[in-house]
Amino acid sequence: MADTMQFDLVAPERNLMSVPVREVRLPGADGDLSAMPGHAPAIVNLRPGLVTVVDDKGAEHQFAISGGFAEINNGSISLLAEIGLKRDEMTQEVFNEMMRSAHRKKKAAEARDAAQGVAESAVAAAVKLLADMEALGTHIGLDPNSSSVPH
Amino acid sequence: MPSLKDLKNRINSVKSTRKITKAMQMVAAAKLRRAEEAAQSARPYADRMNAVMAGLAEKASGSDSAPRLLAGTGDDKRHLLVVLTSERGLAGGFNSSIVKLARQHADRLRGQGKEVAILTVGKKGREQLKRDFSKLFVKHVDMSEVKRLGYEHARDIADDVLERFEAGDFDVATLFYNRFESVISQVPTARQVIPALIEEGEAADGVSAEYDYEPGEDVILAELLPRAVATQVFTALLENAASEQGARMTAMDNATRNAGDMIDRLTTEYNRSRQAAITKELIEIISGAEAL
Repeated sequence: MADTMQFDLVAPERNLMSVPVREVRLPGADGDLSAMPGHAPAIVNLRPGLVTVVDDKGAEHQFAISGGFAEINNGSISLLAEIGLKRDEMTQEVFNEMMRSAHRKKKAAEARDAAQGVAESAVAAAVKLLADMEALGTHIGLDPNSSSVPH
Repeated sequence: MPSLKDLKNRINSVKSTRKITKAMQMVAAAKLRRAEEAAQSARPYADRMNAVMAGLAEKASGSDSAPRLLAGTGDDKRHLLVVLTSERGLAGGFNSSIVKLARQHADRLRGQGKEVAILTVGKKGREQLKRDFSKLFVKHVDMSEVKRLGYEHARDIADDVLERFEAGDFDVATLFYNRFESVISQVPTARQVIPALIEEGEAADGVSAEYDYEPGEDVILAELLPRAVATQVFTALLENAASEQGARMTAMDNATRNAGDMIDRLTTEYNRSRQAAITKELIEIISGAEAL
């Protein structure tokens, strides 16, 4: 069995990364998971968090993503993320923007909930998104509270 | 008959017009290349997204619990037309062809007694649709400030559309844009995005393997559908941008050539009248001398 697999990090605007890797650690929606060559085919929802990629020389690269999903095939992994940044490119500014959008989503979900009383899960999902986002920020040493909360 | 001076002025004015159209053509060519590159680099994401979507949708479409974004509201009385046009004119038939298609669509739907609402993106489409459909406008997205088209623009539009859908404002949403075929050919296209239409054959490639879905097919599908809408809007915007530049390039190329033809014609006329004036003067002198 091959000891590496093809890893693609794809954003809507372009392909961010395409390298052979030994291992990818993903922040799955239901918990973190590791994918190595020969992993069973799977499609996994991702929460906002850090993706760790171990390349063919054993070096680790970390990416912050804003959620998305990963498609795991026998010999390849495609990770589709709306925002994917190298850990050191993830600045407070970018993070603030992400926090703002998460706050906005929560507000919108709550407003809809108040207006029509629909889909409690939508509010829960928005709250979870916000919490995940905060956790990501804290994890890489950014302040989740410095973004202005829209009203 | 115009005087020599008039002709000279005319020639000069056509020459400056030709300079402008030539410059616009070259700018459009440069922008077209960039727009094409952008469309190209966005393709992997859209392709993977569609492939995964197709696989999931196929499984879910049979069941009753299919999300509304896929199965629809069970009605098709109210339609939302999202008309994507450019902010600038001078692009040949680019905007008119989209507007024409949207107009036909709207007229047909209204003829069937359905409700139609229109969301416009880009100034040109709004201007052209205003006369007949201004009552149907629900929102206008201004792209004139946008220097570089990004995914966030598409997401903003998609979020707005999704919000309206959640609020029950419409049952079916259709995108109108120009699909980019080549520099000389752009095809006005109507693409239904809500409820999602899965194209035949897309499911076949890519998602043939049996996947494990985590956390679960329905959860992933619910997450994916709004993203797929945004992706489709993004694809449409990019195709539109490339089409706009392509159309402008062709239009300006024609204009430049026409200006050249016109200059040739005017120059011939100018030379002829100059010659006529000289001949006339000579005749006057000769007949004056003969009369003595």
